[in-house]
Amino acid sequence: MNENRIVVELRDVTKEFGRGGVTALRGIGLQVGAGEFVTLIGPSGCGKSTLLRVIGDLIEPTAGEVVVNGKSAHQARRERDYGIVFQDAVLYDWRTVAKNIALPLEMLGWDRRRRSERVRRMLELVELTGFEDHHPWQLSGGMQQRVSIARALAFDPPLLLMDEPFGALDEMTRERLNMELLRIWEASGSTVVFVTHSISEAVFLSTRVVVMSPRPGRITGVVDIDLPQPRVAETREQPRFFELVTAVRDRLRAGGAEAGEASEQELIAVEEGL
Amino acid sequence: MTSDAPLAVQPIPRDTFARGVGRRTRDWGPAVAVFVLGIAAWEGLVRGLGVQRFLLPPLSDILRTFWDDRDTFIDAGIFTFKEALGGFVLGACTGVLVALVLARWRSLGAAVMPYAIAANAIPIIAFAPITNNWFGLLSPASKVAIAAVICFFPVMVNTLRGLTSVRLQQIELMRSYAAGEVDVFRRVRIPNALPYLFSALKVATVLAMIGAIVGDYFGGSQEALGILIRRSAGIFAFEAAWAAILVASVLGIAFYAAVALVERLTMGWHASARGRS
Amino acid sequence: MLRRAIVFVAVLAGLVALWEGFKAAAEAVDLTWPFVVDDRTLPHVHDIVGALFEPSRTNGPLLIDVLGEQALFTAKEAAVGFTLGASVGFVIAVVLVHSNLLQRGFLPYIVASQTVPILAVAPMVVVWLGGRGLPGWFSVSVIAAYLTFFPVTINALRGLQSADPRALELMHSYAAGRWAVLWKLRVPAAMPFLFAAFKISATASVVGAIIGELPASIQDGLGGAILNFNQYYASAPTRLWATNLVAAFLGVCFFLAVLAGERLVVRRAPEHVA
Repeated sequence: MNENRIVVELRDVTKEFGRGGVTALRGIGLQVGAGEFVTLIGPSGCGKSTLLRVIGDLIEPTAGEVVVNGKSAHQARRERDYGIVFQDAVLYDWRTVAKNIALPLEMLGWDRRRRSERVRRMLELVELTGFEDHHPWQLSGGMQQRVSIARALAFDPPLLLMDEPFGALDEMTRERLNMELLRIWEASGSTVVFVTHSISEAVFLSTRVVVMSPRPGRITGVVDIDLPQPRVAETREQPRFFELVTAVRDRLRAGGAEAGEASEQELIAVEEGL
Repeated sequence: MTSDAPLAVQPIPRDTFARGVGRRTRDWGPAVAVFVLGIAAWEGLVRGLGVQRFLLPPLSDILRTFWDDRDTFIDAGIFTFKEALGGFVLGACTGVLVALVLARWRSLGAAVMPYAIAANAIPIIAFAPITNNWFGLLSPASKVAIAAVICFFPVMVNTLRGLTSVRLQQIELMRSYAAGEVDVFRRVRIPNALPYLFSALKVATVLAMIGAIVGDYFGGSQEALGILIRRSAGIFAFEAAWAAILVASVLGIAFYAAVALVERLTMGWHASARGRS
Repeated sequence: MLRRAIVFVAVLAGLVALWEGFKAAAEAVDLTWPFVVDDRTLPHVHDIVGALFEPSRTNGPLLIDVLGEQALFTAKEAAVGFTLGASVGFVIAVVLVHSNLLQRGFLPYIVASQTVPILAVAPMVVVWLGGRGLPGWFSVSVIAAYLTFFPVTINALRGLQSADPRALELMHSYAAGRWAVLWKLRVPAAMPFLFAAFKISATASVVGAIIGELPASIQDGLGGAILNFNQYYASAPTRLWATNLVAAFLGVCFFLAVLAGERLVVRRAPEHVA
């Protein structure tokens, strides 16, 4: 793994939505190195979900440059350089767990033997061996998200984009999945860009926390998380952990209050749904 | 959706035979009971209250009339059913095709939608005399045409809604795989639309039968069921008229049930997802 | 508002252009399939509209006046039928939602009822109701009601059952009786479903009224007009087409009336579609 390689670079990225002239992002500059775990955090409407989608070429920026894995964001998407996980598992009810994980592999044209081998390894990775033939509705929310993560990593992308993946789960499940995610991150060696609302989750998971604020959406601060790796459950009880949480919270407070809740999601929906 | 423990996983249901029988009795028992009571009431009330025989003859008389002349009734039924089936297939296929086109080119679809919905509000059946003039009174084509137009709109509107009511994140997921439009249709939109499609198809079966029979009232071949009903009523042979009405009803139910069966077979996953969880 | 009006006129013009274009092309090549195209089978649009402004009998009133009166007559039958059918349908749904047993017993027959060609039963209905001293047009309303009640029953049932279980629990925590639960929770929750059914039923009631007039031999309505002009189709084809135009207009008016009602009564979040 090349420690100095830049996986994601954003230069002066701006995004204005439609005719309303809502500035979701202004002048975003960010670099994410290989193997990093970078979290975007901020109040509703600060543009973090928009930024994630700009990186994934699901939304086009109004201005600025996006370089992913050395290519344009569009090229990176065409070459499937990233996997994406949403807050909703977005699994297909009519496919079994195994077939859900195999979906991107089918689209890449992998043959059956290679697919089933990879699916088996992914199930081991997320510790769901034995559930291959279950259907999504038979699984709990946390398990569905694990399937979603397995699917995102199935074709071994260098980059993993995650949009509040644990937002719909309860605290205990969330903490457990945080640990699992870190384990998976280490094992796969991928780079992660993670979006969340939760300060403690951000500090626990990341190597760096990027604080954003709304109106217009911009980066107001970056906090380096120097907690030792690998993180363990006890990490949450260390004094340094609380210091970092406070640092992030202060930055958030300085950045300003939230914009209207519905606005960012609705704008994204209108923009992408056309 | 809370705990993550495997114990929270819903077990795959394993029915014992007895449990299955018990469940089926509970599901269908009341309907069967109502059926038996209904038949008894029909016979009893009609004979007991002396309801004018020519309005509603006792069921036994109707069945006897049917049996005596069953070939005529069955042939008429099949003739009309073929008209309905032809209209159903034509209308449904066209409806699905147009829906696919409108879902693919969304701006066209958005522009056309309100007018399609308004067109659905037009009493199509009023066009029956016109199709009779186009294709000839006796030709089944005129009834097929009416049935087809009647079936087209509900199928088209519903399928379109199914194709487009996909959640944004499913589309985003596909885009993250750099999937082309064809893939998005194949893997997301079409499976999503199937429940909507089958719902409309079930309605269309009934509409097609009714369209074919009502079309007969504006004139049709002697072999058709609607004409048979009209003729029988005209000469006050009400047992025969009711027998023909029963044939129409049974055919309609069978048609509906056939589509429901296909739905069950194709979409077993959907029914289980909705019913059991 | 203006834009929508322009689009409407444009679509109308487009349809007329399609009609005349098809007619011209088919006549030019002497098309015989699917049917022979000439002034008798497919009159010019302007001829059809023109027929409305000519008298249908020598020295008689303009066709549009005659049809207008007949349309009003049919509209009355349809409106009465709609009200009757919708009320009955709603009551049935309310009864069934409170008893699973009754639901399982009667629902199959309610569904099967629509397979009975009501038109065939109409003459019996006319005689039976006539024998009780009810006017002929009321029998037509009964037929319209028969076609109306079914969508209302099915949709009302689904709507009444659609209440969020947690909202139901809230009601029970207030020790609310069944009546209160019905009117404060279930019925408001059912409104969108009801209006979806009303849109179908609006058309169904008009259809029922028109075809109901046929076996009842009622001359005063559009059904009678259709039969009448069908007889004289060879000599004056445009009149039947004009009648269809008026019937279509009636159907659309009923539909728009329901739409207006929906706007006033139902307010809900817009669906996000992609």
